[in-house]
Amino acid sequence: MNAEQPTIPRIWVFVEQQEHQVHPVSWELLGAAKRLSADLPGSVVEAVLPGHQVADLAPQAFQYGAARIYLIDNPVLEIYRNLPYAVAVSQLVKEHRPEIFLIGATTLGRDLAGSIATRVGTGLTADCTELSIDPANHILAATRPTFGGNLMATILCRRHRPQMATVRPRVLPMPDPAPDATGEVVTVPFDMREEDVPVKRLRLIRAEEQPNIEYAEVIVAGGRGMGGPEGFALLQELADALGGMVAASRPVVDAGWMDASRQVGQTGKTVRPKLYIAAGISGAVQHRVGMSGADVILAINTDPNAPIFQIATMGIVGDLYEVIPALIRQVKGQSYDGQAHL
Amino acid sequence: MHAVVAIKQVPDTSNVRIDPETGTLIREGVPAIVNPYDLHAVEAAVQLKERLGGGQVTVITMGPPKATEALLECVEQGADRAILISDRKFGGADTLATSYVLARAIEVINAELPVDIILFGKQAIDGDTAQVGPGVATRLNIPLITYAVAIEEFDLAARRAVVHRRVEQGIEILETTLPALLTVEKEIAPVRHAPLPRLIAAARYQPEMWTATSPVPFDPQQIGLKGSPTVVGKAYTPPPRSGGDVLSVADLGLDTVVARAMAVIERAHVGNLQSVTE
Ligand SMILES: Cc1cc2nc3c(=O)[nH]c(=O)nc-3n(C[C@H](O)[C@H](O)[C@H](O)COP(=O)(O)OP(=O)(O)OC[C@H]3O[C@@H](n4cnc5c(N)ncnc54)[C@H](O)[C@@H]3O)c2cc1C
Ligand SMILES: Cc1cc2nc3c(=O)[nH]c(=O)nc-3n(C[C@H](O)[C@H](O)[C@H](O)COP(=O)(O)OP(=O)(O)OC[C@H]3O[C@@H](n4cnc5c(N)ncnc54)[C@H](O)[C@@H]3O)c2cc1C
Repeated sequence: MNAEQPTIPRIWVFVEQQEHQVHPVSWELLGAAKRLSADLPGSVVEAVLPGHQVADLAPQAFQYGAARIYLIDNPVLEIYRNLPYAVAVSQLVKEHRPEIFLIGATTLGRDLAGSIATRVGTGLTADCTELSIDPANHILAATRPTFGGNLMATILCRRHRPQMATVRPRVLPMPDPAPDATGEVVTVPFDMREEDVPVKRLRLIRAEEQPNIEYAEVIVAGGRGMGGPEGFALLQELADALGGMVAASRPVVDAGWMDASRQVGQTGKTVRPKLYIAAGISGAVQHRVGMSGADVILAINTDPNAPIFQIATMGIVGDLYEVIPALIRQVKGQSYDGQAHL
Repeated sequence: MHAVVAIKQVPDTSNVRIDPETGTLIREGVPAIVNPYDLHAVEAAVQLKERLGGGQVTVITMGPPKATEALLECVEQGADRAILISDRKFGGADTLATSYVLARAIEVINAELPVDIILFGKQAIDGDTAQVGPGVATRLNIPLITYAVAIEEFDLAARRAVVHRRVEQGIEILETTLPALLTVEKEIAPVRHAPLPRLIAAARYQPEMWTATSPVPFDPQQIGLKGSPTVVGKAYTPPPRSGGDVLSVADLGLDTVVARAMAVIERAHVGNLQSVTE
């Protein structure tokens, strides 16, 4: 496809911002890009930031590892819409022809990435959980779960550039920012006008409270074994005592006991807390793909054969309505007097 | 009103099992279904037709001959016309090649009867990429609205619609020109039971068969493996995370088990407990 080879292999990361807030997955991707860069001789890590009046976000991108940031500033980019974003970023891709281009697999990222890949005419691997460079041929190996998490597939894009991939939030670790890092800001001209955009946002009905379970350090999750919505107050009490958030398996969400924003798993969110407590959750593969990256997993289930025990750091065979209150008592006792009782 | 709905036949992934010996996917005996989101897309199109007092719903799929079953299910749900695009030459298509074929087919359908709206499922439950809808909208150069949950207004005369879509901050209400392409969530329309007359209609219906060359000569460079930049390098079953101790309250008593659990919780170094354990 590409007749002349670009001299420097560029690894690009799309910096997603909405209402001036950068989605943390962008920094996770910069961390991944730096690791990839170490295995791709001579490569540089660069960021792409479309928006309106967002130049002040650039220093953060440098701190998380970008050497250069392409800033595309235009009022039509103020609120995300597919067309202006896809046109702006595709133009930039065609001009600089990066080797690799990473985008967060968020609502915005999934809307955008497929449009860019189509405009550029290249391959796009969806929802990756692992990225590496094949040492033999310096190609990106992008691994993703398919068939409901039952099968992992490593996807390659041999001849087309860039090699594009979307990555879910929280499957890659958050890098530590380097406070003194700086870089170069490249301002990219983009002259689309509002009349050229066929979609207008009339309004946004904000969800009341948007729990961001993806970034919770502690998660106390309940499953169908809770037996009803009432027990979730108990889980909330434990979560509060541990400074965490409550999450749920899909049947809980389907039954309306919890809001969909709290669902963990293949069709819910991927979480990576330090501690994941699973109460009355059997541990189906579709649930596990969303939480098996937790540092410590504590599972409580009446069924000694529940699959969740196969991955739990520790399993408790018992009634959650007996175990959770006892845990609450212990945790509260400790944090109040600052003494371990054990 | 003319709506085109793209549907995909998929294995029911809730029934997919892994062969413990070989570590490969067992596909035999796994029922093939219409991708669940796509049924809601068909239903949304049928409801739009009812709302506007008439029109046509065309369903298309690219897939093996067996995908005829999936099309017939959509005819039962109320689709008027069904097209199977099937040829060995389409095999091995990734999302770029798939979106080429579907976009080209829709162009031809549009030339016969102008299309007002195109509906896709939000994603297929097997490939799971959610990339085909955005790819087709981009190729057709029409507005794309992903994760649509409701069509509030649909004004054929003014060529505009108001659509609600789910985003991370809540529900976004967008105005778009028509034709537009929507990828839909299940809320867009609940799937109804097909009434008897529809079942009878479907039993008699023969989907149209399109190949790689007829009636539409697809560009051989853009279809199947040739038109696909991505390839599956290797596939394997995910390595299991190994579990630790499993303690029974009945055997050891609540106090002992909870004490052990507290030690595990402390190991996670979280929140208030951090100071205690350091
Ligand atoms: C395409 C697809 C996508 C999916 N996506 C997701 C997803 O994103 N997230 C998800 O979670 N699921 C998902 N699922 C569903 C998944 O397959 C399981 O059905 C689901 O995770 C089971 O939820 P559960 O563990 O809460 O319920 P169950 O499997 O019913 O388990 C309940 C458990 O509670 C235990 N129990 C009962 N009473 C008590 C008690 N008093 N104390 C302690 N334990 C008790 C039982 O022993 C049992 O193990 C998906 C499925 C499909 C097909
Ligand atoms: C293990 C595995 C991994 C894969 N990974 C990738 C990857 O990372 N990148 C990539 O480009 N391809 C990938 N593919 C190929 C991809 O699955 C196929 O291109 C497939 O035809 C469409 O993708 P999808 O199933 O993800 O559809 P999605 O984009 O998730 O489907 C969304 C909607 O598009 C419509 N649609 C999808 N396919 C068809 C069709 N054939 N006919 C009519 N309508 C349709 C339906 O309305 C559906 O609801 C992979 C395939 C396998 C087996």
